[in-house]
Amino acid sequence: MADTTTDGPMLAADGTPLKQSLARALRRQKIRALMLTAPLLIFVLVSFIMPIGSMLMRSIQNTAGTEYVPDILPNVVAELEEWDPTTGELPSEAAFKAMIIDFQVAFENKQHTQLGRRFNYETPGMSSLFRKSGRKVSRMDVAEITDAKAALLDVDEDWGNLQYWATIKANSGYYTSSYYMAAFDAERTIEGVQMKDPDQRIYQKLMLRTLWLSGLITFCTLAIGYPVAWLLADLPLRTSNLLMILVLLPFWTSLLVRTSAWKILLQEQGVINDIWIALGFSDRLSLINNQLGVVIAMTHILLPFMILPLYSVMKTIPPSYLRAAKSLGATNTTAFLRVYFPQTTPGIGAGALLVFILAVGYFITPELVGGADGTFISNRIYFQFSTLGNWGLAAALGTIMLAVVLLLYYVYDKLVGIDNVKLG
Amino acid sequence: MKLTKMMLTTTALTVAAGAAFAEGHGSMADSMTVVSWGGAYQNSQVKAYVEPYVEMNEGLEVVTDESSAEAVTKLRAMSEAGNITWDVVDVVAADAMRLCDEGLALEIDPDTMLADAPDGTKASEDFGDLIVSECFIPQIVYSTTFGYRTDLLDTAPTSVCDIFDTETFPGKRALEKRPIGNMEWALICDGVAIEDVYDTLETEEGVQRAFAKLDTIKDDVVWWSAGAETPQLLADGEVTIGSTYNGRLFSAIAEQGQPIGMLWDWQMFDLDGWIIPAGLPADREARALDFVKFATDTQRLADQAKYISYGPARASSAPLVGQHAELGIEMAPHMPTDPNNAQNTFLFNYDWWASYRDDLDAQYQAWLLQ
Repeated sequence: MADTTTDGPMLAADGTPLKQSLARALRRQKIRALMLTAPLLIFVLVSFIMPIGSMLMRSIQNTAGTEYVPDILPNVVAELEEWDPTTGELPSEAAFKAMIIDFQVAFENKQHTQLGRRFNYETPGMSSLFRKSGRKVSRMDVAEITDAKAALLDVDEDWGNLQYWATIKANSGYYTSSYYMAAFDAERTIEGVQMKDPDQRIYQKLMLRTLWLSGLITFCTLAIGYPVAWLLADLPLRTSNLLMILVLLPFWTSLLVRTSAWKILLQEQGVINDIWIALGFSDRLSLINNQLGVVIAMTHILLPFMILPLYSVMKTIPPSYLRAAKSLGATNTTAFLRVYFPQTTPGIGAGALLVFILAVGYFITPELVGGADGTFISNRIYFQFSTLGNWGLAAALGTIMLAVVLLLYYVYDKLVGIDNVKLG
Repeated sequence: MKLTKMMLTTTALTVAAGAAFAEGHGSMADSMTVVSWGGAYQNSQVKAYVEPYVEMNEGLEVVTDESSAEAVTKLRAMSEAGNITWDVVDVVAADAMRLCDEGLALEIDPDTMLADAPDGTKASEDFGDLIVSECFIPQIVYSTTFGYRTDLLDTAPTSVCDIFDTETFPGKRALEKRPIGNMEWALICDGVAIEDVYDTLETEEGVQRAFAKLDTIKDDVVWWSAGAETPQLLADGEVTIGSTYNGRLFSAIAEQGQPIGMLWDWQMFDLDGWIIPAGLPADREARALDFVKFATDTQRLADQAKYISYGPARASSAPLVGQHAELGIEMAPHMPTDPNNAQNTFLFNYDWWASYRDDLDAQYQAWLLQ
């Protein structure tokens, strides 16, 4: 009897094996924990992961309106499969006929202009060709046409443009790389993909500018914010609380109000320039509607994001450390550089990361004070999205920006170590 | 995505409830969303059209929205979501053409759906050439033109090419941050005949020529993207000459008494009017059509000119344009269409820009970045 009890599995009070019972209890606990976090998970999924996912998809889907291009032009796509644009010859008669057939269906569904708009993103002129041809092509009787090529050329001679057909062929799949090509300042020609002229490469320029200005702004906030945070952490609580309000007050003020205030201060007939002239200088300074204006306004706006993490880290450093260093013979500089500063790096890391990532995606301030040479990539993304309606390109640019920030985050993690970042 | 859809659904439910209520009261919906551009312009529409219309139709609720600048993209999104919340939308002619081509706007037969002139002239004839699309119900003619500070400039500019003369007319200029208008003016001032402007712009050399002309003043330009910026820049003395919509300049001059003068030379005409989204429920569509018929009759169009200096789109309205509703000044001399102002004009070429806008805009931005 005693043997069986030691060899068999241990039993819980209700007779089930203990292991099983424990596993069940743990599972129940996990489910409960999951249920508690479910609202957050669902929220993140619906408001964050799904929109980003759908944005990623937009940048590669080859759609015109709501439908895929090959679904609107099935016959044309099939006929163009064999055709090689590099020969310099127009597609076959069958392709022209297929175009008339597909075009008539597209016209019926009011899709022909969307199609034209889609191709026009790559080759200017195609939008008006599709729009103008609409009615005339729709009236053709396909059964009676003997020479489809002549018939289409009769409608508009641009149907004989080799580049137009090459664009259609290049975009006949369900997925396309053309938005990414545009985002990297490349273009498709009959000979293949080529980079644009150097002075036409706007996205590279904007991307680099956005990163450079964001880095500069991060540096400026650090240079200004570090002493302020130290002062706040060092002063007695009553005084430091009062000063803290001064830091937070602009933080609570509307972004637009702060940006407009800078406009009034910095403009050529503004307060600062008036003082400048009153001091006896003769030339007014250009402080706004350029990169300088963006750096000044954004440094001010993002300053609290640097000061707050710095402050909370500095608050945890006992003042006795500095005193100990000095009593052991360190000069002020050595004590700061070798004792105090190394302990504040987690705060610097957190502040810099916060400010930089916020700055990279900033939109309204560069739009209002940036002028021509202070705009960011986000302004261009917005323009593509809302004015030109080119959601594919906007999505591609957004995705690239996301990838760049993730890459920087990775490099940052390797260099500084993300574990060393502290918000308090 | 989901979230917006959910929000749209809730709006739809509210609208549907309103529609169900309307069915008890006849065949027209009891609420209507009118979309326009906001500011002084939308105010003029509310005073001239909406208020008298509501007075005639007791119990009608009118919701106003100021999203016209994004009308095309928003209507596309609404149509994709299968849920259109707008009833009447004020758009520029180019947008009306795009919406019509894409099947997002209702086609209008002016002679049966719009009011005849008081003397019996058919609507199609009264509006004439201004019906640029089957879906477009013209409302006003406006222009993009220049204003200058009368007190800061020694001589008053008389030609649009004075913009490029920074010696005689010192100070900064405000120009729009997009190619439309600027490219045409640059070419005109570089000696291209008006009828050749668009042919020239179609070539690479023509584009470079326009940029070269604009290069001469590039450092003296403040770029604007909203029409309200120029009057503000002029008032602050930030710029001495600047382009914007003529109505904005009118309100700075006549209503705020700013020392600003009008430079009408080579003003760029454009049209603005209503469209009705396609695919509305029958009761809402009936309401929208009824409103639009009322709002674009001869008297109403003339009434709007009491509040803002945009020219009525009907020939029969012109003689009825009277005095400003509050200031009591004659409005006719402030209209872009007044013969004294309209000596040199050009009509913004919608069709051409529809094709070349994406491309030229990219080149323009690249030029700005250089």
